[in-house]
Amino acid sequence: MLKASSTIAAGLAVVMASGPALAGKDLDAVKARGALLCGVGTGTAGFMLADSQGKWKGLNVDVCRAVSAAIFGDAEKVKYVPLTSQQRFTALQSGEVDMLSNNTTWTLTRDTALGLEFTGVTYYDGQGFMVNKKLGVKSAKELNGATVCVAPGTTTELNLADYFRANKMQFKPVVIEKADEIRAAFFSGRCDVYTTDASALAAVRVANVPAPQKPEDYVVLPEIISKEPLGPVVRHGDNQFGDIVKWALFAMVEAEEYGINSKNVDEMLKSDNPTIKRILGVTPGMGKALGVDEKWVYNIVKQVGNYGESFDRNVGKESILNIDRGVNRLWTQGGLQYAPPIR
Amino acid sequence: MAVETLGGVTRARPAPWNDPVVRGWVFQIVVVGLVGALAWYLVTNTMENLQRQKIASGFDYLGREAGFEIGDTMIEYSPASTYARAIWVGILNTLRVAVLGVIMATFLGTLIGIGRLSPNWLLAKICEWYVEAFRNVPLLLWLFLFYKLISEAFPGPRQAISMLWGSLFLSNRGLYFPVPIADPIQKWMGLGLLAGIGLAVVIHRWAKKRQAATGQPFPSIWVGAATIVGVPIVVWLAGGAPSQMSWPALKGFNFEGGTVIQPEFTALLVGLVLYTSAFVAEIVRSGILALHKGQSEAAAAIGLSRTQAMRLVLLPQALRVIVPPMTSQYLNITKNSSLAIAIGYPDLVASINVTINQTGQAIENVLIIMAAYLSVSLSISAFMNWYNKQIALKER
Repeated sequence: MLKASSTIAAGLAVVMASGPALAGKDLDAVKARGALLCGVGTGTAGFMLADSQGKWKGLNVDVCRAVSAAIFGDAEKVKYVPLTSQQRFTALQSGEVDMLSNNTTWTLTRDTALGLEFTGVTYYDGQGFMVNKKLGVKSAKELNGATVCVAPGTTTELNLADYFRANKMQFKPVVIEKADEIRAAFFSGRCDVYTTDASALAAVRVANVPAPQKPEDYVVLPEIISKEPLGPVVRHGDNQFGDIVKWALFAMVEAEEYGINSKNVDEMLKSDNPTIKRILGVTPGMGKALGVDEKWVYNIVKQVGNYGESFDRNVGKESILNIDRGVNRLWTQGGLQYAPPIR
Repeated sequence: MAVETLGGVTRARPAPWNDPVVRGWVFQIVVVGLVGALAWYLVTNTMENLQRQKIASGFDYLGREAGFEIGDTMIEYSPASTYARAIWVGILNTLRVAVLGVIMATFLGTLIGIGRLSPNWLLAKICEWYVEAFRNVPLLLWLFLFYKLISEAFPGPRQAISMLWGSLFLSNRGLYFPVPIADPIQKWMGLGLLAGIGLAVVIHRWAKKRQAATGQPFPSIWVGAATIVGVPIVVWLAGGAPSQMSWPALKGFNFEGGTVIQPEFTALLVGLVLYTSAFVAEIVRSGILALHKGQSEAAAAIGLSRTQAMRLVLLPQALRVIVPPMTSQYLNITKNSSLAIAIGYPDLVASINVTINQTGQAIENVLIIMAAYLSVSLSISAFMNWYNKQIALKER
């Protein structure tokens, strides 16, 4: 409830956090705890959302599960910590969570001054605008004087101000911390515009429009005003843990590239392809280098799936969001998803 | 002791570990040392942790461009302003809601507290229900309720409710109303207002003195009110009575011109006032009940009406009971205003939180927020303690 005070509490936890800097301490802590503490958002359909049984699902959640599968051989040893945009960094800095998989944009400041490390890109996104069709707005360039609903402490908030400044337009922000509340304000007409990452706009439009309004009442404007590479984040300092988080995501992408998926992974163990043999740990070495079990990729793909499977299931063609893969296709298909080789 | 002096024997000095003076000093030094060591440990440990995690530290960020917009500001602010200014905007917004909240909650709470003691059964019951309703539901829920009511109940700007022949507009963007266009005379009118208030105080004192000396009453309240309103008007007339107004008009998405009271501010203020006034009412009621009933009987005996008895006899005495707990309520309003973040009013906490998030410098920002709330709270306490001394029973 009192998110403000918990942000502050997390901030103070940085003051209190003690203990010498030891390489591998984050990984050791995760292993000793027997569970990965994964910071996720408070709820965006397709990316991270707890279902009616309280089970977390989504593209970001799958990254947490992949890391858990790599470390424990079991994708379910994850404890999810829902964090607002304002809480997430202090929660990670202070050790309240081991990693974020929270639709966090990779920026220079965050990668440097915050004491954090970005480990890759789960989803290439960009910021967009959604408006009610009744306003008759066709382009973001027509938004001068609009009231805009936005989450605080995000790159979205900064891009918004930059975009309006650059285009010599004025706007009034309505800034509410909790995602549900900001959406409620938008759908009740308190704001003319809701801005966030285009993927989240698509999710909100499909999943959050309150009855009797319909998704068709709302339109996402064509302009994408920023680059938002969203990816997992870990603390500075424990490179081994950082490497595992980094390569868990790469493994999902690499698996898709080599046609390994959750259904055929057992077959693939018998493959003659040396690359596949190396990826799946049939030829040992990769797991040892990373400091995990040799079957780490097998466990990830078997239990979580490859990147394409996770994308389709959560946000893509098999989901209600039905977002086009777009730039999130593999590089072999003209997209940006490109994993360094596992060798 | 008597025995010792009788015998002419001075008592032997106890051993140092039994000497209360020595022991007192030793304990003091140990405690100070422990507190100091703890503080030193926390500070060095923090610095070490920050350095190890490569988190930037220091207050340099305050001068950097903030880059985010704030929806409700009392001073000039744009995304090109500095973080320091963004935080200052937040402090002013907090003070605005706190000051108005304190004044309004005091008035409303006093009325309701007196109302609960009314012989009119219906009025007393209504006041009682009011107190129970607001006291027993968390403030945050009230804030959500009022915010939802405002944003759901009122139409969008294009269908705004127009009032007073199109000078007032009510919509879910807030209440728009006309204001005079900025003019140098306004500064002088402000000074005139201060002069008027000073004059009213002087008149009131003179009237009191004259009544004490001659028994002649003087309507100092009405005359005072007239001076406070009158002086600025005279200044305005003397300045050529500039009457250019800025009128709100629908343009594009929203109204332009005039000024606006935004829904977030209204919801927060209404919530704080209604909630706190329930507590104030109970304090006022208990203050009045604490008086011996002889006081009201005596007042009635010399022919004072109920209102006069309340104003001249009961309330002044009840104040001695009322003021100390009232101080806590004023502090509560100030601190509870930080719940604003839940409904999107840009108060101090909101500004600081965004700053923490954009700069990552939690500790510095937490220090600022603590310093700000501490100075506001201490100022309120100091003022209330001073006031409490003023009204305390002076025994001569």
